[in-house]
Amino acid sequence: MRFLFKTSYDQDLRLFRHSGQVFWYGLLAAVLLAAPWWASEYMMTQLHFIGIYSIAGLGLMLLVGFTGQISLGHAAFLAVGAYTETLLQAAGWPFWLTLPCAALLSAAVGIIVGLPALRLKGIYLAIATLAFGVIVEEILARWESLTGGNSGLHVKPIELFGAKLEGDAGFFYLVLALTAVCCIALANLLRSPTGRAFVALRDSEISASCMGVNLAKTKTLSFALSAALTGIGGALYAHKVSFISPEQFTLLVSIELVTLVILGGVGSLHGAVFGAAFIIVLPQLIAIAKDYLPAGVAGAAGLQSTVFGLVLIGFIIFEPMGLYGRWLKIRTWFELFPFYRKGMFRRQKTYMKSERLR
Amino acid sequence: MRFFGVENLGIRFGGVVAVDEVTFDVRRGEVYTIIGPNGAGKTTIFNLIGLIYPPTSGRIVLQGRELNGLAPHRVAELGIARTFQNIELFEHASVLQNLLIGRHRHRRTALWQELAFSGAVKRAERAQREAVEKVIDFLDLQHYRDSMVAGLPYGVRKVIELGRALATEPQLLLLDEPSSGLNPEETNDMAYWIEDIQKGLGITVLMVEHDMSLVQRVSDRVLALNEGRAIAEGTPAEVQSHAAVIEAYLGAKEPA
Repeated sequence: MRFLFKTSYDQDLRLFRHSGQVFWYGLLAAVLLAAPWWASEYMMTQLHFIGIYSIAGLGLMLLVGFTGQISLGHAAFLAVGAYTETLLQAAGWPFWLTLPCAALLSAAVGIIVGLPALRLKGIYLAIATLAFGVIVEEILARWESLTGGNSGLHVKPIELFGAKLEGDAGFFYLVLALTAVCCIALANLLRSPTGRAFVALRDSEISASCMGVNLAKTKTLSFALSAALTGIGGALYAHKVSFISPEQFTLLVSIELVTLVILGGVGSLHGAVFGAAFIIVLPQLIAIAKDYLPAGVAGAAGLQSTVFGLVLIGFIIFEPMGLYGRWLKIRTWFELFPFYRKGMFRRQKTYMKSERLR
Repeated sequence: MRFFGVENLGIRFGGVVAVDEVTFDVRRGEVYTIIGPNGAGKTTIFNLIGLIYPPTSGRIVLQGRELNGLAPHRVAELGIARTFQNIELFEHASVLQNLLIGRHRHRRTALWQELAFSGAVKRAERAQREAVEKVIDFLDLQHYRDSMVAGLPYGVRKVIELGRALATEPQLLLLDEPSSGLNPEETNDMAYWIEDIQKGLGITVLMVEHDMSLVQRVSDRVLALNEGRAIAEGTPAEVQSHAAVIEAYLGAKEPA
């Protein structure tokens, strides 16, 4: 195993803790950059979606995993991003302008949704955001002059610096670059004062405020950033599927995003990417499994939702730290072999907390 | 100029008058202790000073500046830090991160700089870390630097909370029962630290405490409360022998 001897404060500030990490992330980058050569067309599409869902998932992860707020309406931000992108593209704006606009408008909507969050907590916030999601979906269906209503909108292909971004490879590199930028920006934020303020707010609002954290500003900022990321995901999603309509942004999509965060592992950036991969791959696995299931089960409506639900329940009971937690445990097992103990990752029950100030 | 004081401070919750027209002054550099039986309103006074509850009456003044009506986070920015009776740490963060949050009021970097982790952020983070390491040295927390708070014993958490408050570099430190839940040895350590904080760091301390031996040892002046009202003020010995205080704790003598 590796022992880290720290000789300077800068070692704790670095993005990569040691040379091993640089190597493995470098390898990952190389493999992904070479994807157009080794991946089939079908796999490329899966990679596109994993990238898009990773970005959207990072947005929700920031809100749920780091700021401790809950949102059951994130599909609405996906929709705001997708529609903004589509409409501005249709108006002839260039991509380098439409994408920031999609992010900014989503952030603005995020701030509006964040306002009730200043007063609501837990289940009440969940209900408020859920209602928000339904309202946005309804607006998209009814505002026919702008959104085309239920008949939807076609999305133009991306044009970057005068050249049409055609084929799987070009779009793949765009998604890959944006995913990487979002990951690094969030990792940077989380090792800075603002990121710490988010975590403080998650763990104890009262003492965060006593340490000088402006609760209202920090919460609103978290909602805005979260919505902006999900909006970027939405904009890319629109280009990927090239046709958008309100039924692509239903409550089920919001729940899918929450599932992504929980399966991936609440409170880790890796978790968002792992969760995205899982969410994209699971339906494919179900489709394959269908061939081997009895006809009655395979043909049943709602098989996919049932499996998703069961997986979610299974994770919450057996692996509350999600896929990332599982990965940490496996890694620790190898690092400490043969000294790994079963209870190493068990969290202690928290001590009594004062209830009066909540 | 007067350093810190409250004037006619009061709050009522419905029909209950939790704090009733309390007035006191804290001089710069002293340790001022509030004592009183359970339910006397000691912690409520702290929550009023922290602006967590809006007072029904009275003023809170720090160096000529009235705090009433400010947002709670402004209190920390003006240099008042506090600890909690029942410990309110950030459970799922490391000790180091907890202490670094204490530096929040000293941050100077903008969001876009942090997203890029620019040179300015890096320099600022290094400076914050150095400030935090001083607190770690002061309180002997080196061993726990990278541990998650969630797994640490109670006595250590109590010290970490003190450290987090010190990391803000306050002018006035509010300690809510610093010795509660500590064994005699840890209480002794706490007394040393309070003396060091007052004499070495020059920080004024306002504290609520039940342990009379600790109170006697560290306090310059003591205020006794009962049922929300101030009943006695003076040196520890004076207050302890004050008739009204003895009555509040032990009850009145039966009329002969």
